[in-house]
Amino acid sequence: MTAASLAARRRALDAVAPWARRNAWTLGLVGFLCLLLVYTKLIQASYDSSGIQGLAIGVLPLALAAVAQAVVVMSGGIDLSIGSMMAFTSVVAATMMKGQSQEFGVAVVLLVLVLGIVLGAVNGALVVLTKVPDIVVTLAMSFVWAGCALLVRAAPGGAASEWLRNLVLGSFINEWIPKSAIVLVVIVAVIWVPVARSKMGLSLYAIGSNKLAAFRSGIPVGRTKLFAYALTGLYSALAGLSLTASTGIGTPVPGPYTLMSVAAVVLGGVSLAGGRGGLFGPIVAVVVLQMIRTDMTFLSIDSNYAYVAQGLILVGVVMVGSFALMRRSRA
Amino acid sequence: MTAAVRANPWMNTAAWRNLFRDRPLIPLTGLLVLLVITIQVADPGIVTLPWCGVILRASVPLAILGGCQTLTMLTGGIDLSVATVASMAGFVTATFVHSPGGWVQGMVIAVAAAALAGLVTGIGVGVFRVHPLIMTLAMSFVVLGFANVWQLQMVQTGAGVPGELRWIGSNTLFDVIPYSLLVFVPLTLLILLGLRRTGFGRLLFAIGDNPVAARLSGVRSPQVLIVLYVISAVLAATAGLVISGFTNTASVSLADPYLLPSVAAAVIGGTSIMGGRGGFGGTIIGAIILTVLTALLTVLGLPEPSRLIVFGSIIVVVAAAYTRVTSES
Repeated sequence: MTAASLAARRRALDAVAPWARRNAWTLGLVGFLCLLLVYTKLIQASYDSSGIQGLAIGVLPLALAAVAQAVVVMSGGIDLSIGSMMAFTSVVAATMMKGQSQEFGVAVVLLVLVLGIVLGAVNGALVVLTKVPDIVVTLAMSFVWAGCALLVRAAPGGAASEWLRNLVLGSFINEWIPKSAIVLVVIVAVIWVPVARSKMGLSLYAIGSNKLAAFRSGIPVGRTKLFAYALTGLYSALAGLSLTASTGIGTPVPGPYTLMSVAAVVLGGVSLAGGRGGLFGPIVAVVVLQMIRTDMTFLSIDSNYAYVAQGLILVGVVMVGSFALMRRSRA
Repeated sequence: MTAAVRANPWMNTAAWRNLFRDRPLIPLTGLLVLLVITIQVADPGIVTLPWCGVILRASVPLAILGGCQTLTMLTGGIDLSVATVASMAGFVTATFVHSPGGWVQGMVIAVAAAALAGLVTGIGVGVFRVHPLIMTLAMSFVVLGFANVWQLQMVQTGAGVPGELRWIGSNTLFDVIPYSLLVFVPLTLLILLGLRRTGFGRLLFAIGDNPVAARLSGVRSPQVLIVLYVISAVLAATAGLVISGFTNTASVSLADPYLLPSVAAAVIGGTSIMGGRGGFGGTIIGAIILTVLTALLTVLGLPEPSRLIVFGSIIVVVAAAYTRVTSES
């Protein structure tokens, strides 16, 4: 090996190392996920592309809910009304689409997305205007949105447009690439990447990191907070639509998504104190949680222990994280 | 009270604000009276002594769970595991009805299990500095998982709510005074006196008000938090026993609908989720207000969805009023 190629290699390493250090948490999660996939294949030889497809469809609503939660947590808030917003948008979509044409379905999707933004903006406006802690406002609003969902439809029902169902069911090009995974990546990339690269994205991290410092550097804190909540509302609406798409109906009772999304966000390396983290980590965390469930089924362990495992993993990961942080601050 | 305040010429807006801030119980009681008057107007003759008993009986479990939230919120925390711990306690007790040890043995085991869960939570929050929201959320998963496993184990033996718990939870003296007060009144006195008169109570306020200052002045926060979360879990278990007696059912999800209202009761009662401000007296009235409000909305013929919407809106309005009064001083 020549000296030149060695130097080139070192330069490449120098470029990669800081990136790897910054994203160590997410990389660790991805590594863990790979190990889990290999392990799954070992204990269940028949686990193949159909298993991957089931996994992708199964995680889609929670992954989008986790993304929704991650956005607002990064800005220093928390949204306990995500599950209710999902239920509301899901029943609106399913009710309006029933018995209508495919084209009308497109209009409904757009309308539901706008509805999601409005719901999120209402949450954000209340947080900003009343100065009540985020957790209290969104907790109260979770009642309100759940009530709205029940007003639209008292029992599960409705229908999803055929194209919406086809959007998440099945695979794309290769049977190993589930459509729902593509949908997830596209949704997150199309909305989040422009935001994260804009001034607004930077402001969002800034107010999460230190509200007072952000205010004194001239960032409109209230407007940014409102924006973060509106974005969370938009992603919650997408999560609600994915529920409708994957089940074919709308259910007015909120699922376990709110608290699970908080768990996924923390596992995904987003600090509850705000200002740190990304969207990729929470998504990987959701997949990991789902994989653990699947593996426990394959090992024919009582599925209830999956709850226990989830709780223990959550605590364990957070403890390791805070321990690492303590050591770093001491060093 | 209102008349006396109006008669006083020196009372102005600032004085009103001070009144709200220093004595939140007075405006809260006013709100409660207003609600009772409204319900009487909406449905004349509904407000009787037995009706008060019914309201009181329904408020007791909510107030106890609200107590868990009050205590933890005073330190700047929150306890999201109260519902699963409460359900677990009610359920475990019910599964021991047909065992040789009887339901008392079950109750002891249930409370011990709850205390163990609280101990682990306290260690996580106090020693390892895990955010209380995360720690209690995780603990609720763990407890729910174990409760489900227990349910599968006990499917054959069958379960039933012990008659004694039914008596405590559902029966009333002279059709007015619910027997659950036998549990609730001593608990209330303990909590109120504990917060006002003991060092432990003051430490809770100190930690919530300024954790760094508390640590620097020698408060052993980890120990205080561990004891706090054990107390919270035992309170939750007690509430679970009362709920299972009240509803005459035992299931692992029995107390789930109480989780968010318990936080709401504490918030309406004037306890700040940021810590350092509040008390149990307000929470009790908050729990009664929520129960009366639910009754009022039922009387008005509002269906369940509208009830949820009004419920949520009122929490926002009350919390906003508190923030306004307390922040601009």
